[in-house]
Amino acid sequence: MLDYMRSNRREVIAGLVLIALLATYLGTHPRGASTYVMTIWANQCLILGLAACAQFFAVVVRGIDLSVGAVMALTNCIASYLLDGSASGIAFGMVAVVAAGALCGLLNGVIIVFGRIQPIVVTLATASVFIGIALLLRPTPGGAVNYDLADAMTLDFLGIPTALVITAVAVVGFWLPFRRTGLGLGLYALGSSEQAAFQSGIDTRFIRLAAFTLAGLFGGLAGLFYSFVTTTGDAGIAAGFTLNSIAAVVLGGVLLRGGVGSLVGALAGAFILKTIASLMFFSGIPSLAQPLFEGLILAGAIAIGGADVLRARNKLEVYS
Amino acid sequence: MTDIRPPLLEMKNISKHFGATKALDGVDFACRAGEVHAVLGENGAGKSTLMKLIAGVLQPTHGQLRVDGQDVALNTPQDALRHGLVCMFQELSLVPDLTVRENLLLGAPGAGLGWLRGTGLSDAQDVLNRIGGDQIKMGARVADLTLPQRQQVEIAKAIMKKPRLLILDEATSALSASVVDRVFELVREARDGGTAVLFISHRFHEVEALADRVSVFRNGQRVETFLKGAHDYGEIIDMMVGQKIEELFPQKPAGLSNAEVVLDVRSFSWEDRVKDVSLSVRRGQIVGLGGLDGQGQGAFLMGLFGLLRKADGTTAIAGQTSDITSPKVAKHQDIALAYVPEDRKTEGLILDQSIQENLELAALGRTDLDAGDAALYSGSLDQLALKHGGLDLPVSSLSGGNQQKVVLAKWLALKPRCLLLADPTRGIDVKTKTQIYAILRQLADQGTAILLLSTDYEELIQLCDETHVFFDGAIVASLKGAELTPQNIIAATLNVATNEAARHA
Repeated sequence: MLDYMRSNRREVIAGLVLIALLATYLGTHPRGASTYVMTIWANQCLILGLAACAQFFAVVVRGIDLSVGAVMALTNCIASYLLDGSASGIAFGMVAVVAAGALCGLLNGVIIVFGRIQPIVVTLATASVFIGIALLLRPTPGGAVNYDLADAMTLDFLGIPTALVITAVAVVGFWLPFRRTGLGLGLYALGSSEQAAFQSGIDTRFIRLAAFTLAGLFGGLAGLFYSFVTTTGDAGIAAGFTLNSIAAVVLGGVLLRGGVGSLVGALAGAFILKTIASLMFFSGIPSLAQPLFEGLILAGAIAIGGADVLRARNKLEVYS
Repeated sequence: MTDIRPPLLEMKNISKHFGATKALDGVDFACRAGEVHAVLGENGAGKSTLMKLIAGVLQPTHGQLRVDGQDVALNTPQDALRHGLVCMFQELSLVPDLTVRENLLLGAPGAGLGWLRGTGLSDAQDVLNRIGGDQIKMGARVADLTLPQRQQVEIAKAIMKKPRLLILDEATSALSASVVDRVFELVREARDGGTAVLFISHRFHEVEALADRVSVFRNGQRVETFLKGAHDYGEIIDMMVGQKIEELFPQKPAGLSNAEVVLDVRSFSWEDRVKDVSLSVRRGQIVGLGGLDGQGQGAFLMGLFGLLRKADGTTAIAGQTSDITSPKVAKHQDIALAYVPEDRKTEGLILDQSIQENLELAALGRTDLDAGDAALYSGSLDQLALKHGGLDLPVSSLSGGNQQKVVLAKWLALKPRCLLLADPTRGIDVKTKTQIYAILRQLADQGTAILLLSTDYEELIQLCDETHVFFDGAIVASLKGAELTPQNIIAATLNVATNEAARHA
């Protein structure tokens, strides 16, 4: 058990911080730990959580995805056309929305792998393209999402916020088994040492393609869930989510140099970030000063994560 | 006994060019099942390129590879694995952030992209137990293992793939003698079971112990293949070098033991990697640092140049005790140290910048020198006979030997009192090596003190006036004069006593 805690210390620390923050939040909230408060909190957290999952898959292979928010905006706009009408139509629409996200990710991956261009450049360019398409679809916010479905996804299930159930399913049903597959292992190998992975007979191009496709797929899921929460389509949501998704993975202990971290950490980081924002809201700090304090907290958390540098005794290691 | 089957692996007229450099040039080579075939050659002879071609990491420029007499194309390591060609690389192929178990599963037979069942893990554990790696935890992160432990994991990883051809490229360089013996036992067993083994080592006694057949490479060509025992040690060295060793090295001067001490280091320690090292270098002396890779000699040089934090000990330059805390302090005219790092491509040069810009790097920041003054460099460039197509071309356009000359020239412009060199001739052709040896001796004669780390013990014997051998962070032997023999150096390297060493002690 101790060994397990030590080897997963990043996730353990993130989890403890989250619990402390949540307790403070529920303690200061005028309505306390009610299902109502928890549900609103969980919904906000899960939107960013799914975006952080998307960012995680790009970062773990030593990349970065600046199109996470753009994929969310595009899939959100698509959802605002497809998620209303007959039950079968809505089912098809949900699949189509997530598939559109995966397709965006695949496109990123193809350009990165076959064009041999750095992910930061590729995703910066494709982000504009995706937002452009989203704006063509929804020049102004609008559209509709089936209310019954939206309620089912964003309220509670036997008193437990549905968003938390979805989070648990993502971790237990997807992540834990995925980590034990060759693909899951390959992602880490590629991010930690591409040369070692290649020499071990790993198909590094396929793994990188898969990583960015998964990033797109989770971006699509984030866009879909955002649609359930807001029940409209809005092409203007991209910028905030992209930057916050990067902040979230860093907070969750995922190293930007690749190969270290987990989906659980990314989710925890996103939940922490959203909880801090909610705390600010009820803390009495003037709303105009909130970004300043959020930024300070974030900078502090990242500085703690980078403290390893101080332990380096060979100055050359600091630069590598 | 003649074998009428086609060789397991055959290479026909193989060439591999990197730009203008011919790493391999028209090589024919064959390796049969059930034999250990040693490949010998100097650094830069083409051995590692040959192995990388077989492992599918590189593709030949010309020529054909055959497995069991069938033409094959090995475009990726997966292709090579499919044919049962498994390489244990000199540069380790382990992923640092993953655990031992995960590394063993990575690319293991039957482990595709789907669910990992962990077949073969028990085989790997058996191999680890047999080669003294039973204390290595399956759940430990590879980055937390020591270098010898990593090599043990590499060996287990290679053997669990049940190779038809196993390549051991300096596979045991960090392992202690008793572990090496157990590894060899395992290799012999595999050979007797019909596996072909290609074995690269710089240690002659290992070749002696393990090989059935020996091929010697020089300058990208195969010189000769013969059964073990057909040629003695001296003849093999002559084949590797292509000329008598004595002709490569300049004459050593006599009687330097009274010259003034330029560099004096007392009780230098750092973490647990360098332990209480004391030595001195006199004016005009070339002092060698030997030992296996990673025994602290490299860290020691870095420490002298101010690259390590929290190092203990005192360093005196020309009698003045100096606190060298950074390279900027070390190169200041009052101290005037120069350091040529081990990896010239990443630490010694900025490859994309021009030769001129690289030359100016060391002089920048020295208040008494004008880095832009071409006269600073012209002397040493002539002396080094740098071959280039214009100083404004990127330094990456030069061959490895000429790149190293640029690194040397940028420091010589500062007229250093003491030159610290980390394996400056690694991967450089013999002709350039000879030039570098001549210049080092000339610099020494002019009064520069030189501290030379080398992995090539001929350099430690033929070039150095005194050689200190490192083992596990400490100096275990200091040899000079008649004590400087290959046997003594190898014995000290492995930290075992020889009769001869014992007599001198």
